[in-house]
Amino acid sequence: MRRSRRPKQHISSTTLKDRFDRRSVVIGAFQGGIGVLLAARMGYIAIAENEKYELQSESNRVNLTLIPPRRGWLLDRNGAPLASNRADFRVDVIPERLADREDTVRTLGEILDFGPDQMADLNARIDEARPFQPVEVSTGVDYEQFAAISVRLPDLPGVVPQRGFSRFYPTGPSVGHLIGYVGPASAEEYEEDNNPLLITPGYKIGKDGLEKQFERQLRGEPGARRVEVTASGRIVRDLETRDDIQGDPVKLTIDGPLQDYAARRIGLESGSVVVMDCLTGDLLCMASMPSFDPNSFSAGIGSLEYSMLRDDVRVPLRNKVLSGLYPPGSTVKPMVGMAFLKAGLKPNESVFCGGGLRVGNRVFRCWNRRGHGRVDLAKGIYQSCDVYFYHFAQAIGMDPIATMARRYGMGQEFPLPVTTQFYGTVPDPEWKFNKFEREWQAFDTVNATIGQGYMLASPLQLAVMASRLATSEIVMPRLVLDGSTPKFESMGVSPEYKAYVRQAMSDVVNGPGTAGRARLPVEEVLMAGKTGTAQVVGLSLSDGKSGPWKFRDHGLFIFFAPFDKPRYAGAVVIEHGGGSGAAYPIARDVMTYLFDPQKGMDALLALEKQWGGTAQERLNKQYAAYAAEAGETVPPVPRREEDIFAQVEAEARLAVRQSESMADGVITPREDPFAPGDTQGRPTT
Amino acid sequence: MSIVPAPIARQPWQMLIPLFVLASFGAAVLFSAAGGNMQPFAQSHLIRFGIFLVMAVIITFFTRDAMKLLAYPIYLIILLLLVAVEAIGFVGGGSQRWLNLGFMTLQPSELMKPAIVLTLARFYDTLPVGMVGTWRALVPAGAIIALPMALVLLQPDLGTSLALAFGGVVVMFLAGLPMRWFVTSGIAGLAAIPVLYTFALQPYQQRRVTTFLDPESDPLGSGYHITQSKIAIGSGGLTGKGFNQGSQSHLNYLPEPQTDFVFATMAEEWGFIGGLLVIGIFALILRWGWKVASNSEDRFARLLAAGMVATIFFYVAINLMMVMGLAPVVGIPLPFMSHGGSSMLTNMICIGILMQVYHWNRRTHRRGLD
Repeated sequence: MRRSRRPKQHISSTTLKDRFDRRSVVIGAFQGGIGVLLAARMGYIAIAENEKYELQSESNRVNLTLIPPRRGWLLDRNGAPLASNRADFRVDVIPERLADREDTVRTLGEILDFGPDQMADLNARIDEARPFQPVEVSTGVDYEQFAAISVRLPDLPGVVPQRGFSRFYPTGPSVGHLIGYVGPASAEEYEEDNNPLLITPGYKIGKDGLEKQFERQLRGEPGARRVEVTASGRIVRDLETRDDIQGDPVKLTIDGPLQDYAARRIGLESGSVVVMDCLTGDLLCMASMPSFDPNSFSAGIGSLEYSMLRDDVRVPLRNKVLSGLYPPGSTVKPMVGMAFLKAGLKPNESVFCGGGLRVGNRVFRCWNRRGHGRVDLAKGIYQSCDVYFYHFAQAIGMDPIATMARRYGMGQEFPLPVTTQFYGTVPDPEWKFNKFEREWQAFDTVNATIGQGYMLASPLQLAVMASRLATSEIVMPRLVLDGSTPKFESMGVSPEYKAYVRQAMSDVVNGPGTAGRARLPVEEVLMAGKTGTAQVVGLSLSDGKSGPWKFRDHGLFIFFAPFDKPRYAGAVVIEHGGGSGAAYPIARDVMTYLFDPQKGMDALLALEKQWGGTAQERLNKQYAAYAAEAGETVPPVPRREEDIFAQVEAEARLAVRQSESMADGVITPREDPFAPGDTQGRPTT
Repeated sequence: MSIVPAPIARQPWQMLIPLFVLASFGAAVLFSAAGGNMQPFAQSHLIRFGIFLVMAVIITFFTRDAMKLLAYPIYLIILLLLVAVEAIGFVGGGSQRWLNLGFMTLQPSELMKPAIVLTLARFYDTLPVGMVGTWRALVPAGAIIALPMALVLLQPDLGTSLALAFGGVVVMFLAGLPMRWFVTSGIAGLAAIPVLYTFALQPYQQRRVTTFLDPESDPLGSGYHITQSKIAIGSGGLTGKGFNQGSQSHLNYLPEPQTDFVFATMAEEWGFIGGLLVIGIFALILRWGWKVASNSEDRFARLLAAGMVATIFFYVAINLMMVMGLAPVVGIPLPFMSHGGSSMLTNMICIGILMQVYHWNRRTHRRGLD
């Protein structure tokens, strides 16, 4: 700093001037120092740390969003979709980005016309989610609502409205149990698989059924979208977009229209229909009703809907094809007959049925108290004579019968891509001793030969048994169509005996048998079958046909057609249908539909007129009625869907113990259990 | 003689030309901060600069005696304005810092910065030389500083009250008060910091200090400002992203890109080079200010000029330290670049007074040469 020398005026004034000069140099130097410091600091930030800050600036500016991949389709055997994707508008919220949660949720609820139960569900879902997890508010939002939310976005941080795809099940409840449904990944699932895709709004994973089993295949590759965004998240422009790669389709053996038909044909009953192609093992239909609509589960199960499904005694959440176990009743008789033949019995060997059989000092009753007269194997099957089977079963013992039951698929678990599969019980002396530490009794054999007591089978196993009876090959069921034609091992039944049993089973329907009404209204196709009625409580408690629904007999029917050249086989089980009369008309109509769709459809439409609409329509009506009645007092849903289905399974296991409870004694068959108690259209509560 | 007319030729162009460059550069940055528009920042920035430049030229016409005469009345008037602001704020509820004059909002606390310097310069001018080492040099001056500081702290506006203190203390320091006073109070002040932090600061001010010490502790809250500002400056690199290309400012990541963080806005687009230019121009202006001060004949002019330099410096230093993460966020704009009437007014008053002293000096020199 330049200093000018001036003539001195006053000594102290000069001192002050000197001080000023010295101190101003100090301050000036200090200021210069600050200036250098600032320049150095700036150089450090802008040059030395440039890379780091450039990166941060880029990550500010550019927002990478994953585009959820479109899920692969689930196709039926003819390529028609059982599960497809539908373009729609959807709204999600990301809890940690919500500025004012209450206000935002209220605003969304108003725009989307949410009822109090939906508001409660949404709040529960937000509470449950991790802060970073997107929570679905709604899918299938209509354009007006979508636009209304979009324009309010600046005031609604954390709300993500977007176009996307949602899963669509064209036949809704008909495929509910089979296909399962999709939903957002839970916190646990994200923990396990730390894939950022799982917390991308709109991304769903399979939660049950085939959707869950084929998750890897169906998932696909996510796309990505790089956009320039402002600090408040407004998108300025697209920088780059990589399209998603849709997941691979899975082609099933299921025949979509048949599946839908069977599900609808079950009508007001609770039960299942399984149809197989007995040449290939292809499962053409695995219908279980009543069911849920997987389309409405995509945001998680609503508390109102859950509560309705839960309160229903017909357990719509249980897949009865796989998790329903029933005493097979008389449907085991052809199989037991095969055991007799294998043990060396001649088909024409006969026994006299006078309405009962004395073993030791006990009399075991035939369902026909008046007796069948002289009965050989064929008559034993088509008239379902109990005495015939009691008699020869006492002669050959339980073990050969149990072995044969297992050969025909009972107690077997099949290699199918399903989430749960109950395999039931084929009791034998060893099993009983291991389980109860009690000796096998004569009445145990008697009970087992008529498919009661401890014996339990799933509808799928019964269908497999039907196909193995039809073909005498070890038919294995399969669910995925892979282009191969499986080759099955022969069961070693002589052609003569094979034809004999086929004929006897044909006579059940087309001859002097127990299911004359099951005759197909189709020229030149004769269906073979075997009726079964499974008692769930003793004769003293219920007549099996009326009274409390829970006490009524299960109705069963196994079948194949055409009887002499079998192509299709299957089983129908109607829970508490009041006897086999509830089951075989359904089998008849389903098979009619297979051979002559028009005729089958006509029969169904007539029935649906009585019932008040298709399964989907009835479910919707039931829901509306339930919602109106329930109002706001709805108990909450267990939040984890795993819990829901674990509970359903536990209850299913409990349910099968019911028939075990009466296995401790002689089960006396009912008189005339095959009478077609006209259950169709009758209110069943 | 040159062809340039004398009234123009005698202006301090060595300061004015860098100042014009800086103000224009500021306008360019504001143009970019508005997304490539003259509205709403750049145009009013230039207009204000023009108006206040005229004001500064008018200030140069005041004589030394007139300034001496006006010093105390100006101080009192502004003090009253501060009280008025406080009263209005009290009535209206909440803090208020400005008076609405219709065409602009005026922050009296801004005007107080040059006024305090003027008043103290006047005070030490009249103080008998022999009393410089006594309490009479300290207590009235202390009161002159403390009164407005207290009022501004009540607003509460920590940044401005510190600026007032800084200007005042620099004048006291240069007035030749005993060095040991400054050393002692400096030590006492350091010791008092924890106490002041706990009891004197508002929670939001405390938060600013803690986030300054560790901005990453709250990257989305109040640390956000510092972090984003550093990102803007750091991502500019050597030459910047280019005019109108700053993503931090254009996409609203940078808070207040037109006022407090205008330097970050500039640095993002013009890089280290732009930063050096700005710092360099401030260095030129301040160095010229010091020259004016030391060339002054009398004590009043010397203290006045030096105080003005200190006031401008305080703005520049605190603002730049803040945007580079070296000081807490205290809401002090960058002179001549930030958009905002009050700070432009204050700084142009400072410039005007420096030019005024420059003219007094020229006249004295000429007389001396005669």
